[in-house]
Amino acid sequence: MTSEKTRKEIVIPGETIAEGDDFLPGDWTIKTGKDIIATRIGIVEKQDRLIKIIPLSGVYIPRRGNTVIGEVKDMNHSGWTIDVGGPYGAFLTLKETPGYVEESDMETVYGIGDLVVAKILNVKRTGIDLTMKQRESGLGKIKDGIIVRVNPHRVPRIIGKEGSMIRLIKEASGCYVTVGQNGLIWIRGDSVEGKIFAKQAIEFIVENTTTDGLTDKVEQWLKENRPKNLVKNNPIKAETSEMNGGMN
Amino acid sequence: MAEKSIFTKRPDGRKMDELRPIHAEIGVVPNADGSALFAQGDTIAIAAIYGPKTLNPKHMQNPEKGVVRVHYNMLSFSVGERIKPGVSRRSQEISKVTEWALSPVVMLEELPGTVIDVHINILQANAGTRCAGINAAAMALAHAGIPMKEMISAIAIGKMDKTILADVNKEEEDYDDGEGATDMPMAYLSNSGKISLLQLDGRIQADRLKEALELGKEACKKIAEIQKKALKEYK
Repeated sequence: MTSEKTRKEIVIPGETIAEGDDFLPGDWTIKTGKDIIATRIGIVEKQDRLIKIIPLSGVYIPRRGNTVIGEVKDMNHSGWTIDVGGPYGAFLTLKETPGYVEESDMETVYGIGDLVVAKILNVKRTGIDLTMKQRESGLGKIKDGIIVRVNPHRVPRIIGKEGSMIRLIKEASGCYVTVGQNGLIWIRGDSVEGKIFAKQAIEFIVENTTTDGLTDKVEQWLKENRPKNLVKNNPIKAETSEMNGGMN
Repeated sequence: MAEKSIFTKRPDGRKMDELRPIHAEIGVVPNADGSALFAQGDTIAIAAIYGPKTLNPKHMQNPEKGVVRVHYNMLSFSVGERIKPGVSRRSQEISKVTEWALSPVVMLEELPGTVIDVHINILQANAGTRCAGINAAAMALAHAGIPMKEMISAIAIGKMDKTILADVNKEEEDYDDGEGATDMPMAYLSNSGKISLLQLDGRIQADRLKEALELGKEACKKIAEIQKKALKEYK
């Protein structure tokens, strides 16, 4: 477990995080009188004069351009309804599907209950538009591998700065890992041990998100816990699809 | 003197303004989006939050703001005599007042067309269950990452004959000598000093009501500290 010293201070709703006019209220804060008040559980981040909260819990907050993994819930003549978590439903229209899909073939392309990787095209007030028409690979139906569900607010830590953390996991486990920003992670690879190892590594990161110097710790953990019989695959080159929305 | 109390101590040995031992914890329901346990002496409440999620049927949606939906339920084994499971007149009323108590702190305007389901289950009851339920629900809402203006805490203030008490238990609630027993549950927002729930069962003099309110506010501030401490332990 983490020691008290390396833990970051957590604020709770209603807590005063700054007083006076030196700061401007950012995400998940409100200004009442002269004080800036937190409205969610999270960690305070100051960027020059802007003060904001990085949430630690709760449902997924969709952002344009996010890669997400969702389950097909329903379909109609114009497309598929996909559950990506979060308060509002997501919709993938036929137009945004790669190739030409006949209306009568829709069920064979994406049936109800299938898991798909898609990209958020647009976030409307009460809904999300998805797309699969992107140059980069990785979007489409999930046919094999395992899915790990994590708290969506931990995803930036799993990806790491410019994908550094996820690259470590990929190299150590020899698996392909696609991280959905909504907290669903798809691991696929040849060996079962590798997939389980990647899953355990992700769970280790999730448990230690509020620790400083996490990358070093994970590197060490991967070294210590790597199964001996795991065949060293060719290091997989980092895919670009899951890089967006990581830590900056 | 008629105003003088005949009691020096309460039936369970507490001081007049002393609360029962409190235990507060978050994350007790792994599958919920947020959850909390709040125990006040022998009263134990668990709150679980699901949502915000799209509200169906669609005609119930409010395009301007979200909806809080509370389900208060006393489990059949929570009291001495088994109670019939399911929704009762009493549980419906408590669900509704809890909804009204929680709504002012939740920033519903940020979540149009959605619903936040709050499930409060009373595992063990010894008076003050709606207050324990509100305390647990407030912590669970914060744990679920629902935007909130501030925290909310609740307490049952009572009057046993002529003595005003904080955090009454069942024995004090059922006292029927002299002026009898008065039960006054209240929910208090300790930052802004507002009261979002105030009910009164029994009778109380106008000047003593003020006294009871002050006692309740002080007690709620103590509870708010305990809630805060439990939430800060979020890993």
